[in-house]
Parts: sequence; structure tokens; C-alpha cells
Amino acid sequence: MSTATTTSLETHLGERLAAGRKLLLPYVTAGITDDWVDLVEAIIDAGADAVEIGIPFSDPAMDGTTIQEASVVALERGMTPAQALTDLRGREHGAPLIAMTYYNLVFRYGHERFASDAAAAGVRATILPDLPMELAGDWAEAASAEGIENILLAAPVTSDTRLEKVVANTAGFVYVVSTMGTTGERSEVDDAATVLATRVKALGTKPAIVGFGISGPETAVAASRVADGVIVASALMRKVLDGASVAEAASFVADMRAALDAAYS
Amino acid sequence: MTQTEPLLEPGDSFPESASPTHMGLPDEAGFFGEFGGRFVGEPLIGACQELEAAFLDAWADPAFRTEFIDVLRDYGGRPSPLTECVNLSEELGLRLLLKREDLNHTGSHKINNVIGQALLAKRMGKTRLIAETGAGQHGVATATAAALLGMSCVVYMGEVDMDRQALNVFRMRLMGAEVVPAMSGSRTLKDAVNEAMRAWVGEVTDTHYCLGSVMGPHPYPWMVRTFHEIIGTEARQQVEALTGGLPDVAVACVGGGSNAAGLFAGFADDPTVRLVGAEPAGGAAAGRGVPAIVHGMKSYFMQDEVGQILEAESISAGLDYPGLGPEHSHMARNKRAEYHPVTDEQVIESFQLLSRREGIIPALESAHAIAWVVQEKEQLAGKTVLVNLSGRGDKDVRQVQQILDGQSGHVGAE
Repeated sequence: MSTATTTSLETHLGERLAAGRKLLLPYVTAGITDDWVDLVEAIIDAGADAVEIGIPFSDPAMDGTTIQEASVVALERGMTPAQALTDLRGREHGAPLIAMTYYNLVFRYGHERFASDAAAAGVRATILPDLPMELAGDWAEAASAEGIENILLAAPVTSDTRLEKVVANTAGFVYVVSTMGTTGERSEVDDAATVLATRVKALGTKPAIVGFGISGPETAVAASRVADGVIVASALMRKVLDGASVAEAASFVADMRAALDAAYS
Repeated sequence: MTQTEPLLEPGDSFPESASPTHMGLPDEAGFFGEFGGRFVGEPLIGACQELEAAFLDAWADPAFRTEFIDVLRDYGGRPSPLTECVNLSEELGLRLLLKREDLNHTGSHKINNVIGQALLAKRMGKTRLIAETGAGQHGVATATAAALLGMSCVVYMGEVDMDRQALNVFRMRLMGAEVVPAMSGSRTLKDAVNEAMRAWVGEVTDTHYCLGSVMGPHPYPWMVRTFHEIIGTEARQQVEALTGGLPDVAVACVGGGSNAAGLFAGFADDPTVRLVGAEPAGGAAAGRGVPAIVHGMKSYFMQDEVGQILEAESISAGLDYPGLGPEHSHMARNKRAEYHPVTDEQVIESFQLLSRREGIIPALESAHAIAWVVQEKEQLAGKTVLVNLSGRGDKDVRQVQQILDGQSGHVGAE
């Protein structure tokens, strides 16, 4: 698929930021329900600036219990990387999609083929948390050829010299890991997130978006004070796992959107 | 049976002590050929770098090496003996020698690595050890080292394995360790690794992850093998003293592959010594696997066509792992070592055979190595075969009893 005319994720997010808003990036595990693609569309309509599509992996070592459970549910329903991309293809998405998964699934799929199929499905970026910067070169090159940006993570323990390289090498945004732990809801976002977001912002203009521990409107607002926005994953997937309808899940996203807009516009 | 001085002499500078060609240093990024690396999330990169630097520093320090050797000798019981199996040798038509890692304190080779890592952790200022365990041997060894060095200890163990190895759970608790069930996935070793890695992220400042095999992110595969090289260096001296030469074949069971790595390191540069890893048929990563990236490394894993990691199935909890260490994948790829599957039935037979003929009850893991020798006795006729008896079978007696009772019950019902 030709990507020459498509805006990059970083540009898209930059335009939204320039308009004075904080970014909201919800996460949906592909295959968590039959109507998961409807859920993606509904949360875009509810005010998501981009959506992370979690492609379920058998051994999600960076994830807490909720995303583990969502992954098991999706895998038991037969979800595969190819199926996830097929389900997304042929639908118009009102916002860019970001594929988030573990590197083995991309490695097995084949870099070029995954990049090509992902681009055709509307994926504009990837987050592969177990593929660190030093080892990401081959994938980033294959991705870039299809107009896909590879997003790197920064953690509270990331050293200054390393953080400079992360910021220089990431594309799309800098994924600010809020806490030293796995994904999952927390009642408060660590001060470490604000400290890290401040360090990232001092190093350039790439958006800094906080993930891990965002549980709802309050933590989203708190985490966005310095950062450019938040990723909400476990809190949203918890609701879906507990039986929330598409409309109910979308309304949770809408509440977070409203809270961010009220606090920062 | 010959006793020898450990070959790891205090004062050896590190790179020279490793076998230079086949089992030498990984490259700067932690790869052995195509395998290995450090595929971990950003929160763990710093901890892996810190560990690598600390290990290099410690291993170059004669005082650390002396302390390591002293503890293995005075506390662990090294050197472990070499036993010639007179009865089985005659029955199988070959010369069978056992490296008796089963006689180490805590009952297996696992103590070598654990003492090394615990001393290193202490040197790094860590106060707490966490570990994963399958059969419980590594968990018991870690709990032991933590008790010895006054550190706190948490062991992650698959819920299924906790049931299979209830005695080891009790042992760990007796020594003051907390045992946490891994409830995700197959609830076995692979999931215990995931849980330990998840826990480590949140606790990196005061906690050392005492990984139990030659796997995981760099520097673990290399560091763990280095701590186990004492098996191969001792065995080499002992076999030479006993036979006047080298063994024709060196055999070890392979799950993650730590006891095999330790044994192989003593012979990797001797082209006449055939190196054989015995894998469980239900977890034959080298035999059936294709490269995957999981648990921080690139190595052979059992996986489905899209890359989901499969669950291994083995009678032995310690080998119930769908992958193996990256250096083994490298040696399988370049054919320096070979890896063959044996079935649970063969293992049960060998478990009984060694018990009956030699009065040695092997761990079910180690019985895999015996099973391969029995299977290949024709082609091994007249050869000197060195088997690493990596652990003792006390922990497995209840399980085997149940299996054998079930078999006889089944036969009786017919």
C-alpha cells in the first residue's frame, strides 16, 4: 500500500497537540470480543487520538494480570496476528492505529510482510516492548519502508545518556513507562512519571505519552500535567473483560476525554 | 574415583578460563552466533547492564573467585566424585562414568550457579533474591543460598509444579523462602519465568533475579554457564585420571541446559568428544524448535506457526520448558553438540535401572541422559560414556511410585 499521502503518527499527534489538547490513546486487545473492531471505532468516536491494538502473545512478560487475561481470552478465541490485521483491513479508521505486541510475533511473521500487512490495515506505528533500541534497527527499517514508525519506551531508570538515544531513535512519540512494574491500573500515577516526562520534554519536541497505571479520568489528568497525554489499557480492558458493552467502554473513554479537555483547554 | 583440585583457580583472569572457541564469550550484545541477546523491556535494560558489569568485575577479582570456590568446597561439597558404574557398564557393553552432581548439597548441580549469583548479588549490595523454579531444585538451592548469606528470598513456581513437587515447596519454606504460585498460562516453569521477570521489574534496586539456567537476557546464559563450568573442568580431570584419556561421549539432560552447559564446557574444544544433550520428547526445543524471541533471548523454542510459545510436556518438572539456552541453540546449529529426544517411558525405565543396578536413584531429569545411553547402547559399545548425573531422585520418588502403582494397577485390571 502506498503510504506517501498518509500522515505519519507523529505529525498527526503533533497537529492535535498544536490545537491545544492532551492526547488520549486507548488500547484494545485484538480479539477480546467478537465485536472488537467496533470497539476500536467507538472509542475513536469517543475522542481517542490514536488506538493501540494489542496483538495477543502467549508470554506477555511486561504485562500485568488484566492484559494477561485479555490475551488468554483472545488467544482462546483463535486470534492471530494475521487475523487481527485482516479484521482491521477494509474499514475506515478515524484515527491512526498502533500495533502493540511482543517481538516474536513480528519476527515469525517476517519483518517486511508484517510491515506491509500492518500498513494495509491502517497501522501507523508499532510498540514492541521487548525489542530494545539496540536490537530494533532491522525492524525499524522494514517498518519505515511502509511508513510505520517504531515507538521506543523510556523507563524511570533509563539513564540520561540512554534517554537521549531513545528520544533520538523513537518515532511517533516517546512511551513514558510511569512506574517500575508491569502494566495495570494503579490508584495514583507515580511521581516518577512526571519526572521522566520532564526529562523527555527537555530533550526535544517528540510527544511524551505516559503509559502503565492509568486507571481513569483522574490519573489521566494527573499524568498529563507535564506529559502530552496518556495510554489507557488495563482499565479499559478490565471493563470489557467484565462484560462492558461497546457503548459502555466508549463512554469510559469519553469520560477521560472530557476530563482531559476540561483540565487542559 | 579420583578427587582433584577445582580447575577454577583463584587468580585466573576471566577470558582465558573460558573455552576459547566453542564455548567462549558471547559478543558484545550477548549473542552466541545468531542466538542470545538481551530482548527485555526498557525497565530491565539497566539491571542487565549493571549485572554484566558486576559479573565481569567479580570474575576478574581473585578474592571473589576464591570465595566462590571455598563455599562450593566447604559448604557445597565439591568436588563431586566420578563414579564408574561397574554393573551397568557390563550390562550395556560400554564404560559408563557418572559425574555425581547429585551428591552436592541440596541434591543437584543447581547449587554451583546459585552460590555464584548469591555471592555476586551480595557484592552488588542486593538484599533479596528472587528465582523461578520448575522441579524445585533451583528454588531449593536459591533458598539455601539466601539462608546462608542472610538474604530474603521469593521463589516463583508454577502451580502445577507446586503440586508435583510438594516436598521441595516445603523445603524452600523451611529455609525461610516465600513460594509464590505462578497461576498464568500452563502454570509450569515457563510461567514461573514470566512471573519472576514481572516481579523483578518492580524490585530491581534491592533485588537480584537469580535465574536458574543458561537462559534469559545477556549476561545470564554466559554467567550461569561460567558458574557451572566447574562441572566440566572437574569431570575432565577425573576422567583423565581414571582412564588416561578423554571420554568418547559426554551426555547430559537438557531443559534450559545448565548442567549440560557446565559439562560441555570441559570438552567443547576436544573434537573427539561427542557432546549429547538428552531432551524430553515433549519438550524437544532443539529437535523440534525454530528460533523464537522470548524470556529475553533468541533461541530455539517450541512454538506454533504464528509464534505463540507452546507448553512443554514432560514427566520431569525440571525439563518442562519449551526452549533451551541460546548457547545450546548455537551449538546445535553449528553441530558441535547434538540433541536427542527420549520419552517419558524410557525415563521411567532408566530411573529404575540405575536404582536397581547401581544403587543410585537419579532425578527424573538426569534419568533422561541415562535413557539416551541405554537407547544407543549398540552404537556406544566399547566407548567411554560420561553422564552428568545432575541431581538425585529423592524428590521424584513419590511421583514415580504413583506412576508405577498406576501401571501395575492397569496391568492387573486387564
